[in-house]
Amino acid sequence: MHALEKILAKNSGRKEVKNGEIVTAKIDFAEINDLYLQTVYSFYEMGGEKVWDSTRCAFVFDHYAPTPDIQSASNHKEMREFAEKNNLQFHFDTNCGVCHQVMPEAGVIYPGMIIVATDSHTTTHGAFGALGTGCGATDMATILMTGELWLRVPEIIEVRLEGEAPKGVYPKDVILAVLGKIRADGAVYKAIDFTGSYVENLNVAGRMVICNMAVEMGAKTAYMQPNQDVLDYVSERAVRPYEVEFTDPGYEYTESYVFDVTKLEPELACPSSVENVHTLASVVAEGEVKLNQGYIGSCTGGREEDIAIAAKILKGKHIPEYTRLIVVPASREVMLSCMEKGYIQDLMAAGATITTPGCGACLGAHEGILAPGEVCITSTNRNFPGRMGSTEALMYLASPATVAASMISGTITDPRKYL
Amino acid sequence: MKTEITGKIIIVGDNIDTDQIYPGRFLALTDPKEIGSHCLCGVDENIAANFPQGGIVIGGRNFGCGSSREHAPIALLNMGASAVIADSFARIFFRNAINLGLPLIISKGISQKVKEGQTLTLNITEGTIKAEETGEVFACEQLGDQAMKILEAGGIKPLMREKFGKK
Ligand code: SF4
Repeated sequence: MHALEKILAKNSGRKEVKNGEIVTAKIDFAEINDLYLQTVYSFYEMGGEKVWDSTRCAFVFDHYAPTPDIQSASNHKEMREFAEKNNLQFHFDTNCGVCHQVMPEAGVIYPGMIIVATDSHTTTHGAFGALGTGCGATDMATILMTGELWLRVPEIIEVRLEGEAPKGVYPKDVILAVLGKIRADGAVYKAIDFTGSYVENLNVAGRMVICNMAVEMGAKTAYMQPNQDVLDYVSERAVRPYEVEFTDPGYEYTESYVFDVTKLEPELACPSSVENVHTLASVVAEGEVKLNQGYIGSCTGGREEDIAIAAKILKGKHIPEYTRLIVVPASREVMLSCMEKGYIQDLMAAGATITTPGCGACLGAHEGILAPGEVCITSTNRNFPGRMGSTEALMYLASPATVAASMISGTITDPRKYL
Repeated sequence: MKTEITGKIIIVGDNIDTDQIYPGRFLALTDPKEIGSHCLCGVDENIAANFPQGGIVIGGRNFGCGSSREHAPIALLNMGASAVIADSFARIFFRNAINLGLPLIISKGISQKVKEGQTLTLNITEGTIKAEETGEVFACEQLGDQAMKILEAGGIKPLMREKFGKK
């Protein structure tokens, strides 16, 4: 069996599971973000009274942190009341950050668990050898009532990433290259196991970037076998004992793709689809791409590693007049550490606007919305029409290094020039 | 649950993501009717206001990809859609829609075979789609047992209420 199947079997009280089977699995942790007040409504509509386990679920207020209007403030208020009434052990208010960053930091994510959250990017936690998957509000309400969810055991695709990344190629470039090949619906209903020497040597932040964007191929979940970096990270934080699962030798994947990471280049997902991936070199060869805004943040590209490389590139330089760079640390922990290391100071000196840890403008709610006709380069994960504001704005997805390098001239620029 | 659905259709393209179905700027709204009034406005601002009540939305591949927002199927239902037929659906959107009692039916290449404004009759149990004007019949996939169980109960909510002994 695959490690993911072992997790599903363990949590549904079976010896074995096979793909295609429907199982009812126990959920180790459930997270509700602040877009999902509907969860509370559905919970009561279905006759819920108290959550099944007050130590295993939490709200994260990240999309509206802090609230931009009366409606979202009222939503937070109702959710806070629910959290308080249920005496939830964990609560992440507007001072914390993006859910997929604050949960691992708080130690509620660890290998071998099932984490379900009301957010599609819950695949991120495959980085830790956990089974993470997203659901909607009403599915979440059933979890809050029962502690369980029905799941179909997915087919598993192997994406083998081999070799060391060349200079200027970051985990974001790697996942964009994969996405360009497998396409936006290449893994719908399936799981992706990222394997290979690149993954074995990758740090926690890099693993999270890649697993995060597995959902952009439609994947139900992502997986990476935990390495020493992961074990060190979770051993300091995990709030429960855990067991790492391993895939049996000889496990047969439904499909396998192999990528030679040594041959990759800085990549871009061009407007307006995540699968519209081209090498940066080929895009700029066709002509200069002028930018109005750069954006570094989100559960994909707002970690310390991302802000560090941006600060390194932009230190002592300044973004051009009439352009703006918005930097949103993914969490309070990230921001504090970046302040301590001087990255925030360097970026502010270069003309960056720093906003509250959280989702910020990643989904077009506030703090960096795009006007019609504007062009943005961003380290986030989606460039769908209207994702960051106007449907007539254009968005390029890139690594944080590419965003930073591009903000020096205000046009899309190869980061290798500055490394 | 109605196993036969007849309605006028509107056709949208491939990869219609949940941001296009229901943009992020409206996510704080909670009134279902208001949510419905913004449905598909990322594709065209005028769709919801002119949507034929009980109509069917026809899509290409990967309909509903993107975020897990349940607002997307809530918007479709409250705009008056009675089903969505597409080449394929994204997973979370699929669960959300079925949970709310909105049938999602897979019929490969359907958006190329029908015309805007046509009337289709969808038979969910038989797995057929009939174009009323031309009499043409197209095949579609049948839903799995789990999805049928939820749809037949009228969505996950009635099912759960039953389980918890509350009506
Ligand atoms: S940072 Fe963006 S992608 Fe991540 S959870 Fe927030 S809105 Fe979603």
